[in-house]
Amino acid sequence: MAASGLDFEKQFEELERLIAELKKPEKRAEAAAQGIDLEAQVAQLEAELQRMLKKQYSLLTPWEKTLVARHKDRPYALDYIRMVFDDFLELYGDRLSGNDEAVVGGLAVLTGEPVVVIGQQKGRDLKERQRRNFGSAHPEGFRKALRLARLAQKFRKPLISLVDTPAAAADLAAEERGISEAIARNLKEFAVLKVPIVVVIIGEGGSGGALGMAIGDRVLMLEHSVYSVIPPEGCAAILWRDREKAPEAAKALNLTAQGALALGIIDEVLPEPVGGAHRDPAGAAATLKEALVRHLAALRHVPPDTLVASRLQRLRSIGFWTEA
Amino acid sequence: MPRGGWFAKRARSAQSMDSVPDGIATKCERCGAILFARDFERNLKVCSACGYHHRLTAPERIAITADEGSFQETHAGLTSQDPLAFPGYAAKLEQARASTGLNDAIVTGIAAIEGRSVVLGVADFRFIGGSMGSVVGEKIARAAEDAIERRLPLILFSASGGARMQEGLVALMQMAKTSAAIARLEQECIPFISVLTDPTTGGVFASYASLGDVVLAEPGATVGFAGRRVGNQDLGQRLPENFQTSEFQLEHGMVDRVVPRRELRPVLAKLVAFFQEGTDGR
Repeated sequence: MAASGLDFEKQFEELERLIAELKKPEKRAEAAAQGIDLEAQVAQLEAELQRMLKKQYSLLTPWEKTLVARHKDRPYALDYIRMVFDDFLELYGDRLSGNDEAVVGGLAVLTGEPVVVIGQQKGRDLKERQRRNFGSAHPEGFRKALRLARLAQKFRKPLISLVDTPAAAADLAAEERGISEAIARNLKEFAVLKVPIVVVIIGEGGSGGALGMAIGDRVLMLEHSVYSVIPPEGCAAILWRDREKAPEAAKALNLTAQGALALGIIDEVLPEPVGGAHRDPAGAAATLKEALVRHLAALRHVPPDTLVASRLQRLRSIGFWTEA
Repeated sequence: MPRGGWFAKRARSAQSMDSVPDGIATKCERCGAILFARDFERNLKVCSACGYHHRLTAPERIAITADEGSFQETHAGLTSQDPLAFPGYAAKLEQARASTGLNDAIVTGIAAIEGRSVVLGVADFRFIGGSMGSVVGEKIARAAEDAIERRLPLILFSASGGARMQEGLVALMQMAKTSAAIARLEQECIPFISVLTDPTTGGVFASYASLGDVVLAEPGATVGFAGRRVGNQDLGQRLPENFQTSEFQLEHGMVDRVVPRRELRPVLAKLVAFFQEGTDGR
């Protein structure tokens, strides 16, 4: 089930290949020689593909969204950083014990304004994935993020955080160096950071690992990203002792961006290009950039104490209970 | 064995230990040693043979921690909603309420420890694994606010598998909510003592429970990040024998002290006295 979840992508990929083939100069020349109007045929195919993609992607189930959020071609934090910012100087290390490559960050310029950006980074190929631990940060990663957040605070620059992780690292090394403490400290410190923070879940918002870099004044999610207390596979294992029932678990957890918005936990869902961010990274980046600029403009002139007070109030108010 | 004396004692301490196993003997859950119920009770449910600290219910914990009769429960009327209409959750809540007599997985209140007032919160593992959902998050936030308002130290005993899965993202956000509540305490210079008991894992260990000015843990408690069933990463490496225990966390600098159950009350009293010396706390 897990492997076949994105079967519909295959037909789209075939159609995309066909269109690319027909667009080649030699095909055009061939068609022109035979008096065929290839342009019109290509345009018709493209329109058909768009129509099919639009339909399919508007009907994605929570599990399909999970798979789209994990798609190997989906833009990662560094892809967005390259496309969104005018300039980026990456900084490394937590100043305590190491440099975790599952977390990236540094100084950037957003339409002329200096900002500090942090992000969770998966790898594109196997080697990079291993180097970045598949986007699962160790304590050093969370501590690097906190160090950069404090740098932003010291120099009064807004902070942008791009979240994309399956989960925090849960191996022996993570436990030895205090993964829980690192996440907990970030939750506490980001809650009272005296500069504007805009968080965007760009792919997978995997439980505590995501949350440890997701406290902000605005929390946004890309249309096909997910945010969950537990991976659907883990939830299925607990509920039904069967990881294959992940699709049902994804539905029960309501882990979509739309679900998070309905619960009032995030502020906005950012629309992705037709067929998902992986089909048009530049289009997704343009949407992201527009949203970042807009939200930072709204937050820029809020006094630091007001900013912190409303962030604390935002966190304080989350929950659904009844009082007798 | 002086049976009359035993019954008399039981009656007198009904408030202090209301779930003593029926009968005269009980068996250690860890080593299987047969223990006299009376000794077991006197020993605060610690096995005299192997030292295993059996889990306590919230009422039991309060009884051995607070001065007798001092505990005044707060915010008891809070109950969980079912924000996701999660399969089976409503029934699970109802069953947990019926079997524990509690409304959710934490009991909060105002208490005295050796004569000094504190705000006390105690998790109860029997209630859906002590998991943290909206009610636990709200009660911890309120306990922190009570501590600020009354200028009293906050003491939280955790015993939890982590965030309550059945409340989905809302449960995850309780990690942020409780940690923000601790940030507020910090701004107000109110002391927070976190006591980790068996088990303290996942989203609870990765939020407020790790944020104490002082973090204490009971011996042998399971204390760690990812439960082995939940963790999606292969833990195929060779793990130390004490992996994810109080002692492991002490060894790695994540816990201030591992304190045997019998010594917890005096240690807490000492800490409270230390923090309040020279402040306006009562």
